[in-house]
Amino acid sequence: MSMADVLVRARYRYVPDRQIGELLAKPWVDTAIPSLLLLLALVAFGVLVPGFFSAGNLSDMARQWGEVGFLALGLMVVILSGGIDLSVGAIYGLASFATIATLQGLHLPVAAGLAVALLVGGTIGLINGILVGVLKMRAFLSTLALLIICRSVQETIALRYGTSLLTDPGGLDLWYWLGDGSVLGVPVSLVMLVLAGLATHFLLTRMSLGWRIQAVGGSRRSAYNAGIGVSPTIVFCYVFSGLCAGMAGFLFSARTANPGAEVGVGFEIVALTAAILGGNSLGGGRGSASKAILGALIIIVIINSLVALSLPSGATGFALGLTLLVGVLIDIRWMKNRSKILERAYVSPAYYEPLPLTSIRRGDQTPFALNSGLSGAEPLALGKLTGPRDVIFDSNDYLYTVSSAGDIIRLSPPNYADPEIFAHIGGQTLGLAMDSSDSIFVCVAGIGLFAVGQDRAVRKLSDHVPRTLFSIRDDSQIKFAHDLDIAPSGQIFFSEASGRFDVHDWVTDSLEMRANGRLLVFDPNTGKTETALRNLIFPSGVCVEPAGLSLLIAETWACRVSRFWFDGPRKGQLERVIENLPGFAGSIRRSSDGNYWLAMLGVRTPCHELAMQSPGFRKRMALRVAYDEWLYPNFNAGLVIKFSERGEIVDCLWDGDGKRHAALSSMCEHRGSLYLGGIFNNRIGRVQLAEADADWTMAQSYRERK
Amino acid sequence: MFATAIGLSVIFSILSSGFLEIGNLISLVRNVSILGVLALAMSLVVIGRGIDLAMIATMVISSAYFTVLYSSGHSAMMSVLGGLLIAILVGLIQGWLVAYAEVPPLFATLAVGVTLYGFGQLFLIAQDVSNLPEGDQVFLPFGSLRFLGIPIQIFAFLAVAVATHGFLVYSKYGRFIYGLGENPAAARLIGVPIRILTVGQYLLCAILAFAAGVLTVSSVSSMSLRIVNSTMIYDVILVVVIGGIGLSGGKGGVRNVFAGTLLMGILLNGMTLMNVPYAAQNIVKGFILLFALMADSYLNPRDEQTEKQGDI
Repeated sequence: MSMADVLVRARYRYVPDRQIGELLAKPWVDTAIPSLLLLLALVAFGVLVPGFFSAGNLSDMARQWGEVGFLALGLMVVILSGGIDLSVGAIYGLASFATIATLQGLHLPVAAGLAVALLVGGTIGLINGILVGVLKMRAFLSTLALLIICRSVQETIALRYGTSLLTDPGGLDLWYWLGDGSVLGVPVSLVMLVLAGLATHFLLTRMSLGWRIQAVGGSRRSAYNAGIGVSPTIVFCYVFSGLCAGMAGFLFSARTANPGAEVGVGFEIVALTAAILGGNSLGGGRGSASKAILGALIIIVIINSLVALSLPSGATGFALGLTLLVGVLIDIRWMKNRSKILERAYVSPAYYEPLPLTSIRRGDQTPFALNSGLSGAEPLALGKLTGPRDVIFDSNDYLYTVSSAGDIIRLSPPNYADPEIFAHIGGQTLGLAMDSSDSIFVCVAGIGLFAVGQDRAVRKLSDHVPRTLFSIRDDSQIKFAHDLDIAPSGQIFFSEASGRFDVHDWVTDSLEMRANGRLLVFDPNTGKTETALRNLIFPSGVCVEPAGLSLLIAETWACRVSRFWFDGPRKGQLERVIENLPGFAGSIRRSSDGNYWLAMLGVRTPCHELAMQSPGFRKRMALRVAYDEWLYPNFNAGLVIKFSERGEIVDCLWDGDGKRHAALSSMCEHRGSLYLGGIFNNRIGRVQLAEADADWTMAQSYRERK
Repeated sequence: MFATAIGLSVIFSILSSGFLEIGNLISLVRNVSILGVLALAMSLVVIGRGIDLAMIATMVISSAYFTVLYSSGHSAMMSVLGGLLIAILVGLIQGWLVAYAEVPPLFATLAVGVTLYGFGQLFLIAQDVSNLPEGDQVFLPFGSLRFLGIPIQIFAFLAVAVATHGFLVYSKYGRFIYGLGENPAAARLIGVPIRILTVGQYLLCAILAFAAGVLTVSSVSSMSLRIVNSTMIYDVILVVVIGGIGLSGGKGGVRNVFAGTLLMGILLNGMTLMNVPYAAQNIVKGFILLFALMADSYLNPRDEQTEKQGDI
């Protein structure tokens, strides 16, 4: 290995590309951006404004944070549902006035004041909700019209009654405490905001109403088609927003008791900017309570500091407008490009040095020389099968296979000509295994492990494993269950080909060349699934050896077969059986003469091998070239090899021109014939094996050793 | 729409005595001429499926800047150019935001309006009210011109209306704006340069807003910054919606603006004559806007297929 290769290998081993990609895919990463903004604002204004961190300034800001936070919280819920509420500022002002009128004008108790504020907010919110949700009017302009009306109403009554409300009748200490008091040093309004924020977070993440709100915001049409009541959800959001604005008004009146006409003017812009800065997406569907509260804090810091710096009038508006503009710009660009950025960051190719290729040329003396051993395969159910990835027989000679629609297909002896759907599971059915009672066990990619009895009843055996402690990605879900086999104890060993890619994306795993797969074991007695072996490169075929103490496992992209001892004196050990296969190893099955069959999906090519040593090239390719044009492994060939338990190649059968049986993923020997199944084939091939035992079946072989 | 106008006129002429006098009618039309010019500018944008909420800010800041320049001794030409420059910059920025950065027009123009107002207060204009210089020979006389007893503002409105009509109906780009509003994706596919057209829309809108501002300054010899905080922008939107230009774009024309302006003028004049207080007038206008929006969403429903997400 040259010096350059050493450096490349070191770079791709030690720089955590993969971890960064997985981190960026997490849903809470969106909140990191506003957190950084907050830090920036605090640092900048902490330096510029004298006395920024003084107790008085901090408590003042905290109180305002409580009020604006409520506005932002309510607005966030509305934005989350795909709408907008511009009347929050007017509701805020009106509610504040109504509270003062109730408490200082009508001399009612504080609870009545709160009730009035919430009533005002809720009523206007309800009107908004009916206009937007039921009458399906434009949210922006309708709430704008309501803004005008409410603002004018406030002006009228403030001008008429404002002065008469300035006197303090006394006995309103609770009200003053709500405005100026503290709980354990934290201002009351802030405490209430935190409680409301927690409640909102609970609503949005744990209650079905919250999920419905996000669904409506994410895609209104799809939500409607899925049966979600869009109108009631939207009405709820606006009522919620109105209530929050009413609460904010109540808190403001408690702090300032100002019955003026200009209360709340411009606050809708403040609330909107707060919501956007926090990271809530304008288009709807992405947002959280913490983002709203964070955004409110950022805005309060900015506004307060600008006022404290005694800048001329217009500075606040200018800064606010500019912040809103920048926030909206970032939001739009991020939402547009988020999936693209995530895609770019997620695929992280690693350095891999393959062993030198052995020649496969026809006529060469190597064990893998090209021949036409499978070209005479008799096609079964020609044209009626779609991707029969695996083939297996039951004790009555019925042939079972899978289809790409998630079915288990059965063909009847002796001709195996007409497929019938034995059971439908869904997902992507891949590997098959059978136990002594002819129950079929199948790996379903995307879900996990299933069992189908002869009564055609489908049972899910396993769909999750305990999560790995220090893994960033949540690997408790079985992403890509591939192949399986059953040990004498009844334990089912099955491979998870990749934890980072789904079945539709499976070739991207070859682009990464990372050990993303693992071997899982399901215990039918306890119903639990555990991880038996980690760090495998796309493990596919699993075959328990006759002694019942070890199994063979094939790693597709690493082109090798290994032996894993799961029981006995050597339990837990892993040894290599065959390395440096000329192609991609698929399924492993027992043969009648004590050896094993291995199917191969395709062959290695020099170009692909070269690319494996150049992760930078693969990364650039993933970024710049369209998905359809990526470097693809060669799946145009199909071959089957027979190897002994010591790893010696006994036989090698090719489909010479790759026309009928390319990409062979599995084979099964049954009564003297070899049955072939491939990922892209439209048939099952049957090849007569001249020297094989004409009565041998796999089921019998597994039963014998019990 | 005209029927409604006549109906309203009848109502108001019954309710107040001075409505049908010629002097009143002329003053009615004169007052709404400025509104009419603004509505024409807005209609250009709305037909193209946009909206310009910063229009009043543009009008006020650009014409206040023009007044400030003029009062501090620059020539009339230079002052007009200065104000025009501000308007052009605003129009370009808004157009870029909507066309290239793909920010929904509502948010882009809302944010630009707030920013522009703050910017104007901070850097361009010192006082709240900027006055034309005392002995002004150019704009004040212009503002009080009358032909055949009809004030110059009405003629200005008519001139702008004719020009807009000519642009929209007889020019290629005017036609394209209709296409753009009707179905932007289809317009793009057949080769209409929609992004440049969008920038052009907002540019024209801003320039017309400046023109309206100059007209205002000529009429009342001053420009108050407080107008930005007033509900004038909603009056403009009200005119556009009442007149029948659908907010979903692609429909309407100068005729609709005439109808809307007329209606609005009758309404405002009638309410003033009946001594309705200003705040109450706003309430009435708010309700009318609400009903107009209801009717608009019924008559011109949003097309779910060609609508973008975030188009609220």
